[in-house]
Amino acid sequence: MSALPPYASPLQRTWFYTFRVICGLIFFFLIFPILVILPLSFNAQDFFTFTKEMLSFDPAGYSFKHYNDFFTNPDWQQALVNSVLIAPVATLLATAFGTVAAVGLSQSHVPYKPAIMAILISPMIVPLIISAAGMYFFYSRIGLQGTYWGVVLAHAALGTPFVIITVTATLVGFDRSLVRASASLGANPVTTFFKVQMPLIVPGVVSGALFAFITSFDEVVVVLFLGSAGQKTLPWQMFTGLREQISPTILAVASLMVAISIALLTVLELLRRRSERLRGLTPG
Amino acid sequence: MSDTTDGQVLTTQDGKPLKAALRRALRREKLRAFLLIAPLLIFVLITFVAPIVDMLFRSVENGIVADTLPKTVIELSKWDPASGEAPDEVVFAALYDDMVIAVDQKTHTRLGSRLNYEQSGISSLFRKTGRRIKRMDEDGPFKDQFIGADKKWGDVATWQVLQQFSPRYTDGYFLNAFDAKRGAEGIEMKPEDQQIYMFLFGRTLFLSIVITLSCLLLGYPIAFLLASLPLRTSNLLMILVLLPFWTSLLVRTSAWKVLLQQQGVINDFLVWTRLIDDAGRLVMINNQTGTIIAMTHILLPFMILPLYSVMKTISPSYVRAAKSLGANDWTAFWRVYFPQSVPGIGAGAILVFILSIGYYITPELVGGTSGIFISNRIAYHISSSLNWGLAASLGTLLLVAVLVLFVVYDKIVGIDNVKLG
Repeated sequence: MSALPPYASPLQRTWFYTFRVICGLIFFFLIFPILVILPLSFNAQDFFTFTKEMLSFDPAGYSFKHYNDFFTNPDWQQALVNSVLIAPVATLLATAFGTVAAVGLSQSHVPYKPAIMAILISPMIVPLIISAAGMYFFYSRIGLQGTYWGVVLAHAALGTPFVIITVTATLVGFDRSLVRASASLGANPVTTFFKVQMPLIVPGVVSGALFAFITSFDEVVVVLFLGSAGQKTLPWQMFTGLREQISPTILAVASLMVAISIALLTVLELLRRRSERLRGLTPG
Repeated sequence: MSDTTDGQVLTTQDGKPLKAALRRALRREKLRAFLLIAPLLIFVLITFVAPIVDMLFRSVENGIVADTLPKTVIELSKWDPASGEAPDEVVFAALYDDMVIAVDQKTHTRLGSRLNYEQSGISSLFRKTGRRIKRMDEDGPFKDQFIGADKKWGDVATWQVLQQFSPRYTDGYFLNAFDAKRGAEGIEMKPEDQQIYMFLFGRTLFLSIVITLSCLLLGYPIAFLLASLPLRTSNLLMILVLLPFWTSLLVRTSAWKVLLQQQGVINDFLVWTRLIDDAGRLVMINNQTGTIIAMTHILLPFMILPLYSVMKTISPSYVRAAKSLGANDWTAFWRVYFPQSVPGIGAGAILVFILSIGYYITPELVGGTSGIFISNRIAYHISSSLNWGLAASLGTLLLVAVLVLFVVYDKIVGIDNVKLG
């Protein structure tokens, strides 16, 4: 399939190109909705579609007014601040707990490993609405509902499975004799962890942290139930915006968030290349 | 390895038996592993597992009647609804004592609204009685006074509901979730026009299957192409799959809202190309079509990624061997390649299906009324109707469905093999 052989029959030739066209259309379906909001966010009108001026590339059809609105509207600014206050703290908690636990899980003798794994992965499996419902009931019993820490703890719990998965994946390729070598040279376990193990698993930790960050930064269901007006995050504001007073400012926010995703994706891709290169260099 | 030679016990250098020393080392290693895991385990147990267990508990919990009307509940247990008459004076006397305390603590309205889910009208009955209770004669007789305050106290049905919900635990919420109720002759289905939850579960399943199938239909060719292209090209094309995967759910949902609207981009394009006229703009949003299109787009990467990782391990020499043995392209694909890709189909399909039956945001925003899922109903009961018990029991049913699917997923793929990005 990779290339058309010179002896291909006309039928094979037709199918080869038809298949490529079909795939192209599916790729278009995947990427078009994301790309289409970028130009629309510069619309000078309050419309959700291309105006005549935009289609004729008339500069008058384009403007920064929706971005302007985002950066001056106090509602959006408050939401941005809340998102920035919540996501990094949740990420930090999830990454710290998750990395340590992943190191523990990768030891050769872990009692009840399947059961522990099932519990630790469960926040990723259980549908968000159920997590949100359960947390709403439980956190209101213990007084965390509607508080900053309630949202942070909930988001941290939702992010940990991703850290566990990415870090254990990196630890699979980790050579245990390095730990023994370090111990035999007199390093204590803590030094060994930070000087030997950590530098080698750092790509896994970083990508786990990115997953945890995006989980919290994009999360809307749990914050909708657990948060009060004081914890309104960007996704929450977008959600209410889409449901009630639909305003094109959402497109500007969406475009900015696409930019963030592209940045995150680039970091991950660089990390992946780095680890591939490192693996290629290590003998065997 | 045997630990004894000629009856002699092998020892470590400091003279301890080797077996004991090894056992100690193993125990220490286990303890260390456990201590490393413990912080996260405790964290997840408190912040996540406890809430879920609390929700399961709430779906059967029903302490409110026994807590608000303790004496009445005891006296009422002796009453037989088959007698066809309201209970006698003793029960009403107990009710008076309980109501005085309840009105004092203002808990009677809560009880009223709780019982109102079971039989409408009880909420107003309790509020009305609460207002009249102070004017009642403390020495009785109470039965006539209560019936004088509201005729409903003379109804067998009212007391039947009270008696039915006296126990601390109830299956009432679950019966409700299954569109059933406890009538005079045991459990019976509700009238057809009130059977909403089974219908919603059915629709959730149906739409999830449609979404899973369309993800498979669109995802299979892409995964196949990516797996067969040289690594350099496929890595580049992979970005087109990963970018949507990493883009915020709300961004993608708003994009579809923009595209599918009646005044949106797709309709404008179709009008411009004269495929449809201005009056005949397609309705593609706030219905099932909107939910299916948007969710297929959102979940498609979850289908492509597992499929791709399986297809990459299929050696091209099998297909070549099949062709050299005389198979045409289709036979080589269908008989040789496709069976080897089935594990990927299983993994991707179950993943997409699990994710889709619990979806809330997208159906809420683009589903209108005909495209919403059971999760939207759960959210409604939590935040609008405040019938938390029913929300909890619907949630429990959904959770059970997801867990069953997950066990299947674990059998096919294994949680350890989940790959991200």
